[in-house]
Amino acid sequence: MDNQLYLSSSPHIHSGETTDKVMRKVIYALLPATALSIYFFGLPALSVLLICTLGCMGFEALSCKLMNKPLALADGSAALTGVLLALNMPPSSAWWLALFGAAIAILIGKQVYGGLGHNPFNPALVARVVLLISFPVQMTSWTAPAPLGSGLDAITAATPLGEMKTAVMLTGKLPELAHSGFLNYLTGNMAGCLGEVSALALLLGGLYLIAKRVISWHIPVSFIGTVVVIGGIFWAVSPEKYPNPIFHLLTGGLLLGAFFMATDMVTSPVTDKGMLIFGFGCGLLTVLIRLFGGYPEGVSFAILLMNAATPLIDRFCHPRIYGQAEAKA
Amino acid sequence: MLASILTLGGIGLFAAIALGIAAKKFAVEIDPRELAILEVLPGANCGACGLPGCGGYAKSIVDGSMAPNLCTPGGSETIEKIAHIMGVEAISTDPQVAVVCCQGDNAKASLKYQYLGLEDCNAAQKIADGPKNCPGGCLGLGSCVRACPFDAIEITTEGLAVINREKCTGCQKCIVTCPRSVIKMTPLSITTHVLCNSTDKGALVRKYCQVGCIACQICKKNAPESYQIENFLARVVYEAAEGAEAVVEKCPTKCIRDFSTGYPEGSSFCAVGPVKKPEQAA
Amino acid sequence: MNLKAMDLKTFKGGLHPPDGKEFSAHKAIEICPLPEELIIPLAQHIGAPAEACVEVGALVKKGTLIAKAKGFVSAPIHASTSGEVIAIEPRLHPMGKALPAIVIKPDGEDSWDESLIGANPDELNPDELKALIQAAGIVGMGGATFPTHVKLSPPADKQIDTLILNGVECEPFLTADHRMMLENTEQILDGIDILRKVLGIERAVIGIEANKPDAIEKMTKDAASRNIEVQALEVKYPQGAEKQLIDAITGRQVPSGTLPMEVGVVVQNVGTAAAISDAVRLGRPLVERVITSTGPGIKEPKNMLVRIGTPLQFLVDHCGGLNGEPAKIIMGGPMMGQTQLSLEPPAIRGTSGLLIFRKQDLPRLEAGPCIRCGRCIGACPIHLQPTTIAAYARLDLFDEAAEYHALDCIECGCCTYICPATLPLVQSIRYAKAAIMAKKRTL
Repeated sequence: MDNQLYLSSSPHIHSGETTDKVMRKVIYALLPATALSIYFFGLPALSVLLICTLGCMGFEALSCKLMNKPLALADGSAALTGVLLALNMPPSSAWWLALFGAAIAILIGKQVYGGLGHNPFNPALVARVVLLISFPVQMTSWTAPAPLGSGLDAITAATPLGEMKTAVMLTGKLPELAHSGFLNYLTGNMAGCLGEVSALALLLGGLYLIAKRVISWHIPVSFIGTVVVIGGIFWAVSPEKYPNPIFHLLTGGLLLGAFFMATDMVTSPVTDKGMLIFGFGCGLLTVLIRLFGGYPEGVSFAILLMNAATPLIDRFCHPRIYGQAEAKA
Repeated sequence: MLASILTLGGIGLFAAIALGIAAKKFAVEIDPRELAILEVLPGANCGACGLPGCGGYAKSIVDGSMAPNLCTPGGSETIEKIAHIMGVEAISTDPQVAVVCCQGDNAKASLKYQYLGLEDCNAAQKIADGPKNCPGGCLGLGSCVRACPFDAIEITTEGLAVINREKCTGCQKCIVTCPRSVIKMTPLSITTHVLCNSTDKGALVRKYCQVGCIACQICKKNAPESYQIENFLARVVYEAAEGAEAVVEKCPTKCIRDFSTGYPEGSSFCAVGPVKKPEQAA
Repeated sequence: MNLKAMDLKTFKGGLHPPDGKEFSAHKAIEICPLPEELIIPLAQHIGAPAEACVEVGALVKKGTLIAKAKGFVSAPIHASTSGEVIAIEPRLHPMGKALPAIVIKPDGEDSWDESLIGANPDELNPDELKALIQAAGIVGMGGATFPTHVKLSPPADKQIDTLILNGVECEPFLTADHRMMLENTEQILDGIDILRKVLGIERAVIGIEANKPDAIEKMTKDAASRNIEVQALEVKYPQGAEKQLIDAITGRQVPSGTLPMEVGVVVQNVGTAAAISDAVRLGRPLVERVITSTGPGIKEPKNMLVRIGTPLQFLVDHCGGLNGEPAKIIMGGPMMGQTQLSLEPPAIRGTSGLLIFRKQDLPRLEAGPCIRCGRCIGACPIHLQPTTIAAYARLDLFDEAAEYHALDCIECGCCTYICPATLPLVQSIRYAKAAIMAKKRTL
């Protein structure tokens, strides 16, 4: 007769916080931004979201089957990658673009390394960058916001950062921006990727994540802080060539990147010290690419480059253990 | 155009000369026999010979510090080839393979407790001496599977480790890992073995396992030369195993297995007939 | 009393699991009756097991010596009640296997051995006091069971200046020390005085977590006239761990690989202090202790004064019996306690609690891959990197695990508690520690 009692190593209680709960909280935090993007860009936005999310989940199921591994969909990470990928795509993306992106994100960005926890690069960003380099025209075709119920058709428009880069390259000076004004930037009434739009919605989501202790404040604060400070220094030196730091803060993918992409646990350092360094690196690279690089937006590249540096950062950032300072050699 | 051809060609020529000089100047003297032996060894770096890699073993054979017939994964073929390279007689050994001496899976043997934690036999053994009531029985958590470099071990759905006699090369890594010492080395040519590892008295064994050896001595009575009972556990005498298969049917708990008729219940491996012993070199 | 106004001290790291104290914190200590037989194992402390010095058939009284200590780091064992020694044989031990034990059948009288006489600590010198403590078999009652006389004999070059009393009881569900501080206050304070005399020091601080305001109040009031401080501590697990307690109260950190005496501190559980008082003043050896029997799997959780050797089944029977089918029987608290094969083993000197969980009380555990969230690193009170050490342990790379200070792990369980992937981190780290220690011994 089998003894029905359970024996195990201690501890025998658990906080109840599991991986799928963590992933779910991040998706909840993205809901305000997602909802606003559907409001501003309409049904095309919804279709991109659905294709990316369901596509990611489908490819994850497929790869689990092909690799003879147990189905891992329940942990919610594929769905989260799908939502994040969608928020990194232009609202007018074709269905095949979104689906291809989902395939890259899951198959190349994650499963090839061994699945959740083993990928060195943020899967959604890997997909976005692959798409950007492979299909530059489709990935930079922006539409002006056509809020639901306004009766406006989708018309092509440039993003604020795009306008800035073009003008600076052509004239050496900052342009008069269309759709400008901080109210527009805050609420999301401007052209851009689905997730780049409403600064307010993203900020709300980000603060929710910090309050619920899903992420810590270190990466967002150091990332955004670095961008604001370094952008500010350039602006102070030459205000007609460089935009002011608030512009940096509210346009482009900075808020999405700082709160939701750079903070991806698998690809960022594990210690507080490491996170601060990581955030600083992301911020520095973002500003440099935005001001001096070929692309108008540098957040994706900056984060991917810092992902590559994460193992090195982790290697050199160990917390000081209890009793170590006085420890005998 | 001409300038680039000359430049690149010049660099290539310079690099070739530099590499050639370096190859000659910094060459390491390796006995050619060592390279020949390395070619012949299986290259699995499994550790059966006692050294961590085939390169180390090749070196040790040539400098005389180790015997040339220790590579069990290579088999008698490899031993003959090495002997030929070294110019000595091939001393072939009867190939040995590992066997899990237990058939007490979750359906047949009772559990001491429900184990929660790391899927590792060594970790489970540390908690109240393992989740099986039988002190010598297989725990089925797969530490041997992970240790085997040749994919020769599987865990059945009912939690029993089974080793494929055709794939096993006798490297003994599974034996080193197993916390219950339930895996034993056996001659490949003999297919009948007593699959039990419990030295408890028969009455106690019956309480916790349906297929454990109860030392009833029926096997020994029917084939006195082929079986020996020690510490309440029967085992086949390999030197005189010819009569062993005949009594398999007579064992009341069915703990004796003839692998030529099949593997333990739940295993996916197909039965394999007896393998001829290698010809001893004259 | 306004705890907010008090200066609550704490340490870096740790976490706050649900208390579980409400099951039994308000229940006064009851005396557990005599069971049918008392099973007293010879191995109940750190160090060499004791050696039996009575024969089967011997008649003993409560407190009679039945096993002698083996060597210095060991402790003698005494009969927990009057009766007859009916067997000396292997019996199921809380460690999970059968180990030698002396089995006593009570005669029902429960009469103390007449040869046990008390003394006045004021008339004895430190060495004499220590000898009494050693003879009484006093071991650390917080659960570690380290022989107290050894702890009170630091080498001459270690200057001790502070005695810390551990009244923290940070493990969820356990309330034995809490009740002792309320009901046995005088014994604890007397024990502290004796300890100070043995160590030859003046400063004594009692650390109590802020979730026991009544204990803080009582101890502060009674200790005021005796120059004993009471320090309230923030409620956080594992505040009661020696190293964290010393850090919180004195601000000193015990250097890696050394003992508290290195920073001039000796820590004792409040229950140990009370036992010391009884040992000196009444001559009584350690034969009974307060145990909290609790958990959702027990009908009437209680704090009971239990004789050493009482089978766990008997404790359950006197707490209204089981509340449903038990799934886990834990000796100790839920963070560091040891699971039991059945209710057969006896309560021993280090048993601070009996905790029973049913299937529905167990956490859902399906280990997934590590998502490198870093929560374990933030929670670790020693500031280690549990996920890294565990990863190396799983790959059998013990040298690397040692480099990441695996040996400094106090096995508190914070990392495993908080891990979203529900990885068995403590189990992996324990595995690595055992392998590293085994390797050290062979070198």
